Amino acid sequence: MTLREIAELLDAKILVGGDHLGIEVKTAFSADLMSDVLAFAKPGSIMITGLTNPQIVRIASIVDNSAILVVRGKIPPRETLALAEELDIPVLSTKYILFETSGRLYASGIVGCVRKIEGPESIVPL
Amino acid sequence: MTQGHNYVFPVEGERFDEAGKVSVQVKQILKKIGIPDAVLRRAAIAIYESEVNIISYAIHGTASLQVTDDHILIDIQDVGPGITDIEQAMEQGYSTANDHIRAMGFGAGMGLFNIKNCSDIFEMSSEEGKGTHLKITINR
Amino acid sequence: MNVAFLVEKLGLKVRCGGDRLDREVSGGYAGDLLSNVMAGSKSGDVWVTCQAHQNIVAVSVLKEHSGIILTQGREPDKETIQRASQEGIPLLVTELSGFEIAGRIYGLLHP
Repeated sequence: MTLREIAELLDAKILVGGDHLGIEVKTAFSADLMSDVLAFAKPGSIMITGLTNPQIVRIASIVDNSAILVVRGKIPPRETLALAEELDIPVLSTKYILFETSGRLYASGIVGCVRKIEGPESIVPL
Repeated sequence: MTQGHNYVFPVEGERFDEAGKVSVQVKQILKKIGIPDAVLRRAAIAIYESEVNIISYAIHGTASLQVTDDHILIDIQDVGPGITDIEQAMEQGYSTANDHIRAMGFGAGMGLFNIKNCSDIFEMSSEEGKGTHLKITINR
Repeated sequence: MNVAFLVEKLGLKVRCGGDRLDREVSGGYAGDLLSNVMAGSKSGDVWVTCQAHQNIVAVSVLKEHSGIILTQGREPDKETIQRASQEGIPLLVTELSGFEIAGRIYGLLHP
């Protein structure tokens, strides 16, 4: 699914990265806790979160998320968006809650980037 | 042997707005040196979590980065309360974070666990009332 | 659709509240920030989270959730289990990620 299709599906606003809407996204990771993103998210996945502070951009840069999708209609503050511009990470915002967002994306074929935690070795995302 | 790269970054306690700044910088430095993505991501994650630990619990600290021919050496030192029970602190999900810290998306009890997972060698020592010292070695 | 149906369809493990699986699941809410869940979730929602500490139970009771699902193999603390059983809240565990389990529940709610 492309970012453009994701934006359409979720009626999302594109806040940063309008020129990257052709990026193909296959996996997603949803979290409100940034350590979880660091522990489990895979490169290329889209980060879905209810947080809006600049952390989310730094984390996305660290794990190489393809984009950030902010839920619950939140619009990140200017400093977050400025950092996203600087680090070249697209940011979208949807009014849907995390549950609905996950459900719609999952129904459209996006899968979780970790399906199952089998043991300590499978937790290492690297 | 070529000249190693050495960097020291200060980290201030309670500056949650700055969490991750060192990590993003380190990632850019390692990328320039030519460290592979999968390896530099581990270093960036380890430093991120260390920064958050200093910001959440310590008064101040430093993150040092040294890149040698074979290794990425990360040394984290802080001045702070220290850790009483290291074994417990290492457990996944264990956290002493207060609600304020959790409300910002930190304090999930994954930090030290993440750091260890990203290290090839992980050493930690702590003295109550003084501070904590982490030595993280990642093979290039 | 009740909690027992979710348990069966999604292979959830029941950590407590096994006698309350007849509760009706009217929707779902996913989130790890308690204040958000407090503000946004609805009565009858099943709550998907990776937070395992005991504060989740109070939120769930107040919001009258049908149950709590802990994701990514997180196991509830002893205190969490104790409080959830006292309050009669089904506490369920899955090894799937929050995104994946929310996606699947959504699919069951909107066939």
